[in-house]
Amino acid sequence: MILEEILSIFLGIFTDYTLRYVALGSAILGITSGALGCFTVLRKQSLFGDAIAHAALPGIGFAYLFAGTKDSLVLMLGAAIFAWFGGMITLAITSTTRIKQDAALGITLSVFFGLGIVLLSYLQSIGGASQGGLDRFLFGQAAALIESDVINLGILSALCFTILILFYKEFKITTFDSSFGQSLGFPIKYLNVLLTSVIVVAVVIGLHTVGVVLMVSMLIAPAAAARQWTSNLKNMIILSAIFGGLSGIIGSMISSTAEGMSTGPVIVITITAILGISFVFSPKQGYLFKHLRNQRKSQISLDNIKTISDKEKENHGNI
Amino acid sequence: MEQKSSKKNSESEKEYSVIIKNLSVTYRTEPALWNIDLNFPKGQMIAIVGPNGAGKSTLIKAVMGLVPITAGKVSIFGKTYSKNRDKVAYVPQRGSVDWDFPTDALDVVEMGLYGKLGWFRRPNSKTRNLARECLDKVGLSNYADRQIGQLSGGQQQRVFLARALAQDAQIYLMDEPLNGVDVITEKTILSILENLKKEGKTIVMVHHELQTVDKYFDWVVMVNRNLIANGPIKEVFTKINLDRTYQEKQRMSI
Repeated sequence: MILEEILSIFLGIFTDYTLRYVALGSAILGITSGALGCFTVLRKQSLFGDAIAHAALPGIGFAYLFAGTKDSLVLMLGAAIFAWFGGMITLAITSTTRIKQDAALGITLSVFFGLGIVLLSYLQSIGGASQGGLDRFLFGQAAALIESDVINLGILSALCFTILILFYKEFKITTFDSSFGQSLGFPIKYLNVLLTSVIVVAVVIGLHTVGVVLMVSMLIAPAAAARQWTSNLKNMIILSAIFGGLSGIIGSMISSTAEGMSTGPVIVITITAILGISFVFSPKQGYLFKHLRNQRKSQISLDNIKTISDKEKENHGNI
Repeated sequence: MEQKSSKKNSESEKEYSVIIKNLSVTYRTEPALWNIDLNFPKGQMIAIVGPNGAGKSTLIKAVMGLVPITAGKVSIFGKTYSKNRDKVAYVPQRGSVDWDFPTDALDVVEMGLYGKLGWFRRPNSKTRNLARECLDKVGLSNYADRQIGQLSGGQQQRVFLARALAQDAQIYLMDEPLNGVDVITEKTILSILENLKKEGKTIVMVHHELQTVDKYFDWVVMVNRNLIANGPIKEVFTKINLDRTYQEKQRMSI
């Protein structure tokens, strides 16, 4: 009975026109942010991802204000410009002032997000009903995805992966040991800007599905989960992309079962569940196996202590 | 007269692998190195010593242009670093990277070849084999597939040396490679460097243990923001110079 229901939801991807595009769009987001999120996590820039996601919000408002259209490409362009701008401001604050990165991120995140909220509420107050749709970028609204949106997302995702594959070696060395990479002659600053730009594109892809507030979890959670299973960067990126894509598909299927359940948060909960499972069950670093190994170790050392003390007793007896 | 001086100039270029002229480095408003005039002679084991915060690491970073130079000039075999960077290998401080990074020992060594590969070209079986050879030289061929976080501190340091060996350079700039390593690692590193020296390569090492300076090195650079002394161990590694090197900072801070 339950199985049948699950099957019918699953088949919905192939039969239900809307669900197909929702799932496809969410999968594209998950795959892209999963792969690129690995670098965010390994560079310890998780909050940086959060800041640029929030910084995208005023870009949507301004794009609508000046272009007067809700065409997704225009809005995405505005979002990308502001997200990128927010990222660069954070980098500039950190490198030119005494303010540390955490404070700089806090400044960027709150100021841009605040500006975004002000703009959206202003647009809502002057525009009436037709502007109401803009606030869907706060938490995403995957259900509104249509074929042309999905094609746009697909093209952007392909762009990200092309750059990632071309510059894989360079991204790896600047992430692991940037001063060594610099000594080899790789322009660290430009590579950092390039990587940030690619992450901005991934964030923009996520605006439709999970929105600016929850976007950071799509960057961090798949990568953190993948790291539990592998100690190889390439495998980590592939696994992280699979986890991200999977959570996109599963999340959109679950949200399709109930009317009005928003897709973005469900996707985020799904990837968090995958992360939780990875924390517990991964063979090398998982909590469960670590616990079992420790128990076995302590049992062995207990046995050792027993045999030693037994021997000592014998020795004493002999004396 | 003119001819003589130009001849002298070319001779000095033959003798020295690195020539540093009036080098100053400033972090924000704090001077880290002040007006350093210094040459590294070819085929020597050179120690850079000085107290914490004296600018030892900054000095070797400045040679490679890794820190912005306020004033002065550095030349590597008579050319700028960017033109001769393939002649320089670098071993950063072990603590400067995250050893939890998802990669194995062989992969890290292979990174030493990325500079020669250049843009877009991927590591291949040739670079793999070269990296394997270098890992073998430092006695870690059995650890090629080991995740780097699971290596001991000494083994990690040897992986870094293997990566520098893969660069196949003329000058080796090393930032405290003997700091906190085990006896086997220290012996391995020193015997490898001894061989490099025999091949005429220049080894420059930031070094912390003053007791071993005269045992391991031919030449010493004593620095405390200013250059205190620079020359063969026998001539300059004296108590007076040591006192000057290690007291200068106290005087400055008072």
